[in-house]
Amino acid sequence: MVKVTFIHSDGREETVDGRVGDSVMATALANDVEGIVGECGGSMMCATCHCYVDDGWSERSGDRMDGEEDMLDCAASELRPTSRLSCQIKLSEGLSGLVVYLPEAQL
Amino acid sequence: MTLIEGHRSITPADGIPVFDVDPYDPAILRDPMEYYAELRALGPVVFIPRYSVLAVGRYEETKTVFSDHENFVSSRGVGLNDFKLEKPWRAPSIILEVDPPDHARTRKIMARALSPKVVKTMAESFRTVAEELVDRVLARGTIEAVTELAEAFPTRVFPKAVGMKDSHARHLVDYGAMVFNAVGPDNALRREAMARAGEIVPWINAACTRDRLTDDGLGALVYAAADTGEITEDEAAMLVRSFLSAGVDTTVTGIGSALWCLSQNPEAWEALKADPSLARPCFEEVLRMTSPVHTFCRTANRATEIAGYPVSEGTKVLCVLGAANFDPEKWPDPDRFDINRRPVGHLAFGVGIHGCVGQNIARGELEAILGVMAERVARIEPAGEPTWRPNNGIRALDRLPLKLIPN
Repeated sequence: MVKVTFIHSDGREETVDGRVGDSVMATALANDVEGIVGECGGSMMCATCHCYVDDGWSERSGDRMDGEEDMLDCAASELRPTSRLSCQIKLSEGLSGLVVYLPEAQL
Repeated sequence: MTLIEGHRSITPADGIPVFDVDPYDPAILRDPMEYYAELRALGPVVFIPRYSVLAVGRYEETKTVFSDHENFVSSRGVGLNDFKLEKPWRAPSIILEVDPPDHARTRKIMARALSPKVVKTMAESFRTVAEELVDRVLARGTIEAVTELAEAFPTRVFPKAVGMKDSHARHLVDYGAMVFNAVGPDNALRREAMARAGEIVPWINAACTRDRLTDDGLGALVYAAADTGEITEDEAAMLVRSFLSAGVDTTVTGIGSALWCLSQNPEAWEALKADPSLARPCFEEVLRMTSPVHTFCRTANRATEIAGYPVSEGTKVLCVLGAANFDPEKWPDPDRFDINRRPVGHLAFGVGIHGCVGQNIARGELEAILGVMAERVARIEPAGEPTWRPNNGIRALDRLPLKLIPN
């Protein structure tokens, strides 16, 4: 199991267990974490699973994927250097403890 | 080498259950539910001797095979024909029937052209057309919804969105149906569809050239990528052709299926009327329930495995998306149409790098038509038996008689 902490825009924190190989988006949905929509199911065709990766984790969670910028450009909330599509962050053992911040809106 | 339907004949690994069925039998294409259930019940992967193919229909395996673009490629065709062994009926699509790294180049251009941001700019014009059509059918009362709404809406808004100067509603719908019939075996459906290729294909190809497109549509966005050198002018024409292959018949089917679901489930209609913002989640459930594209193939490009069973190179695998979207292991009470289900992860738009690139525009179209109907139509009632139009790749209604009662 990989621990992932989601911090909502109001400061509320939720820590859930994810499976290695699952995306952060799928982990949020499987655990009923509000604030991640994931409309396209992970095909990188929408920007409704937008999150901000905690500074301490940005290196380990990797760079944006090819094409991810174009979709992030469509996000409903402010874009920051730490913005990622959570469907493109795959959980590994090394990511246990990952902290991501959720934007105010996804749609 | 023995070929069957243009692909290698295989000997399945020991232990893979044999399913003696013709998935392309028109009776099954009309009403596939029993076939789906049997496919899932037999095992994680089955062998279908009639076409010498493997098939998957449980959610987990279907998702895994469909998104594993390294072992199960698209470049050898997403139908029964193996493009490596037989010449395809048309030049292969440079986005659908291609693998990485080539795929990323064209995908990026299409994803940008069809992004949520671009689709948002179309919302108002989609709504205006939806209002006009809905008012017209409401005045008529009893309608045939496939022609009067499901076909009428996309054939009005989509060519305009692409920026087509030439539009021919019938050719556009029939071209889509032809492309989808072509993914099946050499059966009567495919032959009848192909018999019309001589009439339709030249029209389609001509309509994709730069001089037949306006400078403010999706087509122009694609040709702009030719100007910057990302793709060639010929490739731009091919990508515009992809709009027409995949963007009309599919949304026609989506609208028809949505109206069918809503006419069968009055409580869902009530819920949508009470909160028209449910139009988008409602459409997701329609997609899960009806899986417009019911089956696409992948081809094993090397010796690999499915659910622990060895799979030899050149094996065609039917990925039965319609069966996966009804898998009770994934979807509790799958027969129940629940517009509050939020079925994220359904496979109706595929999954992975080849996931439908036009899904935002499909959602935009459905949001417009369902949203306007929810505001203006009190009730939708069946006015006769719906009939389905069998197709090797897409499950669409042929006729849907409905009675619409205004507010």
